[in-house]
Amino acid sequence: MTDVIHTHDLEKSYGTVMALDGLDLCVTRGEVHGLLGPNGAGKTTTLRILLGLLRADGGTVEMLGGDPWADAVELHRRLAYVPGDVELWPNLTGGEAIDLLGRLRGGLNQTRRDELVDRFDLDPTKKGRTYSKGNRQKVAIVAALASDAELLLLDEPTAGLDPLMEVVFQEVILQMRAEGRTVFLSSHILAQVEKLADRISIIRQGKVVQSGTLTEMRHLTRTTIDAHTATPVTGLENLNGIHDLDASDGRVRFAVDGEHLDAVVKHLGQFGLQALTSHPPTLEELMLRHYGDEVASRGEG
Amino acid sequence: MTTTVASPSAHRAMPKRGGPLTGTGTLVRFMLRRDRLRLPVWILAIVVFTMASVVALPDLYPTVEDRQARAALMENPGTRAISGPGYGLDDYTFGAMLSHEFLSWVVIFVALMSLLAMVRHTRNEEETGRAELVRSRQVGRLATTTAALVVVVGANLILGLLMALGLGSLGLDSVGWGSSFLFGAATASVGVVFAGVGAVTAQVNESARGASGLAGAVFALAYLLRAAGDMTQVGGGLLSWLSPVGWAQQTRAYVDDRWWPLLLSVGLTLVLAALGYWLSTRRDVGAGMVEARLGPANASRTLSGPFGLAWRLHRSSAMWWSFSVFLFALGYGTLATEVERFVSELSVLQDAIAEIGGTIIDAWLSVIVLIFAVVAAVFAVLAALRARSEENNGRAEPVLSTAVSKPTWLGSHLAVALIGSAALMFLTGIGLGISASQALGDGDMLWRVLGASLAHVPAIWLVAAIAVALFGLAPRATVLVWVVIAYVGVVGWLGALLRFPDWAINLSPLGHTPLLPAEDMVWTPLVVLTVAATGLILAGLAGFRRRDLQSTA
Repeated sequence: MTDVIHTHDLEKSYGTVMALDGLDLCVTRGEVHGLLGPNGAGKTTTLRILLGLLRADGGTVEMLGGDPWADAVELHRRLAYVPGDVELWPNLTGGEAIDLLGRLRGGLNQTRRDELVDRFDLDPTKKGRTYSKGNRQKVAIVAALASDAELLLLDEPTAGLDPLMEVVFQEVILQMRAEGRTVFLSSHILAQVEKLADRISIIRQGKVVQSGTLTEMRHLTRTTIDAHTATPVTGLENLNGIHDLDASDGRVRFAVDGEHLDAVVKHLGQFGLQALTSHPPTLEELMLRHYGDEVASRGEG
Repeated sequence: MTTTVASPSAHRAMPKRGGPLTGTGTLVRFMLRRDRLRLPVWILAIVVFTMASVVALPDLYPTVEDRQARAALMENPGTRAISGPGYGLDDYTFGAMLSHEFLSWVVIFVALMSLLAMVRHTRNEEETGRAELVRSRQVGRLATTTAALVVVVGANLILGLLMALGLGSLGLDSVGWGSSFLFGAATASVGVVFAGVGAVTAQVNESARGASGLAGAVFALAYLLRAAGDMTQVGGGLLSWLSPVGWAQQTRAYVDDRWWPLLLSVGLTLVLAALGYWLSTRRDVGAGMVEARLGPANASRTLSGPFGLAWRLHRSSAMWWSFSVFLFALGYGTLATEVERFVSELSVLQDAIAEIGGTIIDAWLSVIVLIFAVVAAVFAVLAALRARSEENNGRAEPVLSTAVSKPTWLGSHLAVALIGSAALMFLTGIGLGISASQALGDGDMLWRVLGASLAHVPAIWLVAAIAVALFGLAPRATVLVWVVIAYVGVVGWLGALLRFPDWAINLSPLGHTPLLPAEDMVWTPLVVLTVAATGLILAGLAGFRRRDLQSTA
């Protein structure tokens, strides 16, 4: 396993605004990696630095074994990019834009291009100015995915797509992963990252605050348990890692820290389990924990 | 932007049933806020430039004989085509000269200002989707068009008023106050009519570019009708009366002072506004009357590299520029024989020409070539600045994230600027050369004029190089290149006549080009200009390579 993207202590500021404040990021070959964070966290800045469109103020960044700023052109032959805000040339048709961008990269797979146009239900004969936001996005997605690039950089790729198209997009990304390509996508849509990403980095105020597989992260968080038992549960309050306990006749509800789950479930077994529901933490909850203090301070303000 | 579109009071218990004009007042203030710099700059530029040209008249035509010699030139239909129908020629005062010859070019800028502003506030807002935001509030169906009309018509009335006050205050003999107000009103009338034209084309065309283009074509048609009508007979023919430009000229300010032709302009404006309103109620927001055409599903072979893309983006404008430049050059050349006669009767011009040297015809041709050189420089700057708008609008980003380097991408637009401007000068030389050599019966003239035109290319490239250097090194200051263009234009067009000091002329890149065919060929300045242009271009490319890409997104 080699790192396709590796940054260390990456910094970038616009005037007095610190966009990236010591970003450490690591994307391994062949994985789908999600960069998750709210608006303004530094997702687009990170991608633009990786593309060599912006120059980092400090820190190191390596992509596909090269320096994104110095080796931009060489590296760009091996990657494809979908910008967050897709702007097309008003007078060029979508099909022309797809072909052009493919050729500028060094060629595109014609069969796959036609197949993708079809799957995304895109009319390639319309002029750029007449496309809706979602359709402009489709043009950029088809142009990127029809290439044979080994690395795909996608900035909120499905922001304008309808749910049906989002499913198509997910299928294609999984297909890309099966072909051994690396996908790095940013999003603030948690459900999407959850479905696609092997690993996730959560970015906040220019820093990666947590990185790992969803399972690893869940381990660090709480699972909600809802249990019906034959006899009332006792002694839970003496166990470690139990929160928000709510017990009533034959029914308990509580949250438990990941590492104590095993002990708690064993404990429950003594009381004759009749029904047990467990809710893994959603990414919303992960995010809330990371941004909770911010939300709280905003609430006070 | 802190403008509130609907006031809270509009939400009281029973929602008020808004009429089709609800929100017009707020929109007017909103548009004025957005145009607080743009419109005043247009208006002042037009008024000041007109005044500056009028001030120069007594120096140019000090005696009655000089002025009558100028009037005699109007017997030629070709001259009338580019000036006016021909009136006040018996006693060709400064006032008569002003209204007869200046109005025809002042209204070009006034019409442009109007139709661009009109489309900007209506169709452009729809195209970018901002109109939806506004229309979703308590804004009536007709409010946008009405507000835009109020703003643009108001701008024209202010322009007309300032023009009248400016010209009247010059205290020039034969340029009185009353007639100046008529001249101001005539100027404004063309702007007002084309506000109406813009209101209609904005409804018809789905894209702002297309709407402006269509309105511009209507203006070109109006201008050509007038030119054709004025050519048929002195005083203007039937065709002149089919054109709003013709009506403005037929007021004959400073000569006959007729107000009534402006009634035609008012009437046409009302009809156009009504048509615009009617069309606007018969279509959806964002839609046009003309369906957008579909295009090819695949890119052709020429649309592949960065240069293919640049050519595609500049292609239609480059074609139009080439076509117009060639046509005008051809037209100017035919005047060669007239000029010889005219200048021989004009003392001041003879002095100016003596300064340049050579024969009258040579001197005149060298001035015309210089004017075309300024036009080609404008094209070069527009083409170079396309890089800036592509960057700002986020269209550079997808290209630069492919295997295209930043210098190559910038170079592709620069190549269009350099090759295109050189081609324009080539067409100038050919067009002017062919017709002048025909008129004068001197076949050699073609090659001399062609050489004279091409000699300007290094200086034009230097202007484009300044644009590229600014783009690379100080992107936010890129617009300053228009100051260079304005300076080059003023020095180029008025420098010789107003006898600017040498240093002022040398400050302009075009001031260094030998004025062939009148002057002798000297190679040194051309080499220096080329070296300077190369240096600035390299600096601009290096600067762009080193800086961050900027985009609004």
